[in-house]
Amino acid sequence: MKLTLLPLLLCLLSFPLWASFETYEFSTTHNEMRYFHLSKELRCPTCQNQNISDSDAPLAADLRRELHRMIESGYDDDAILDFMVSRFGDFVHYRPRVAPETYLLWYGPFVLLFVGFGAVLMVARNRRLRAAAVQDAQVTDTAEESAGVTPLTPQERERLENLLRQDKNL
Amino acid sequence: MRKFWVFTPFVAFLVMGVFLYKGLFMDPSKLPSALIDRPFPSFSLPSLYEPDQLMTEADFKGEVALLNVWATWCPTCKEEHEQLNKIGLREGVPIYGLNYKDDPQLARDWLQRYEDPYTKVVVDRDGRLGLDLGVYGAPETYILDSDGIIRYRHVGEVDEKVWQKLKGLMEIIAAEGEA
Repeated sequence: MKLTLLPLLLCLLSFPLWASFETYEFSTTHNEMRYFHLSKELRCPTCQNQNISDSDAPLAADLRRELHRMIESGYDDDAILDFMVSRFGDFVHYRPRVAPETYLLWYGPFVLLFVGFGAVLMVARNRRLRAAAVQDAQVTDTAEESAGVTPLTPQERERLENLLRQDKNL
Repeated sequence: MRKFWVFTPFVAFLVMGVFLYKGLFMDPSKLPSALIDRPFPSFSLPSLYEPDQLMTEADFKGEVALLNVWATWCPTCKEEHEQLNKIGLREGVPIYGLNYKDDPQLARDWLQRYEDPYTKVVVDRDGRLGLDLGVYGAPETYILDSDGIIRYRHVGEVDEKVWQKLKGLMEIIAAEGEA
């Protein structure tokens, strides 16, 4: 009984290998590394959130076969990516290339960051200007005093300061 | 100036709202073809009915036509077949067939059973031409102009609604060719 259970238990130890569906021979390890790198870099157009090395769609298998063929026949990485992009569009590349039509995608976030930065600077500058204006007002106050103008009464001064504070809080 | 700034969050909200609203009606599985306005990729593959006879991209020139990528293993192809029969047989619009990664015998049987709307059918058994064409999900239907230039691609089933749209585009393209 125990002996018959053992093989069954051993079965539990085996785990499925999803990652690769077929095996390819490579002439050099460098080519093999390129294959693994590129097959992770290319998106499978059928199942869009998988790269071609993860996907078991027939199209992904075709693309892997094509990738292997191209690597082994000496195409460089750029030529291979060009081949894929000319057929399936920029979408096939997980990292879209920097080209006029992808500028918005690549640089848009930096532009937004810049705009945000500008907005913060402007708000800060406005605040500072307003604070300076308040100080100026106080300075003129003392100047008026020395010039013999009737100074504000304590009530008036308090009211003025309240008003100014309100303005600052705005 | 100040009053203007008060509205910025609202404007930002509107802009985002417009984009998100548009996103509701977009199908991310529909990709634009990278081959629009490019000539049909060159090939040399057997015809379905005369396997000894090789067809080339020149066979797809001459008139504005549809090119339908289909296979017997593809359920949606079966669904749209009736519509293709209507387009090809009843309305007389030329449809070229591209039998994609399929067994030619099964394909011939299928066309015998369900009628054959295609003027020509090319057999792409290992999917090489499909790859050059950027096919990522059968059925796909293309509009080719008389010079064999790819003008439009539709991925998925062609039903009456899609056909009316394709028909309109084909008429525009045909008029362009005459002018």
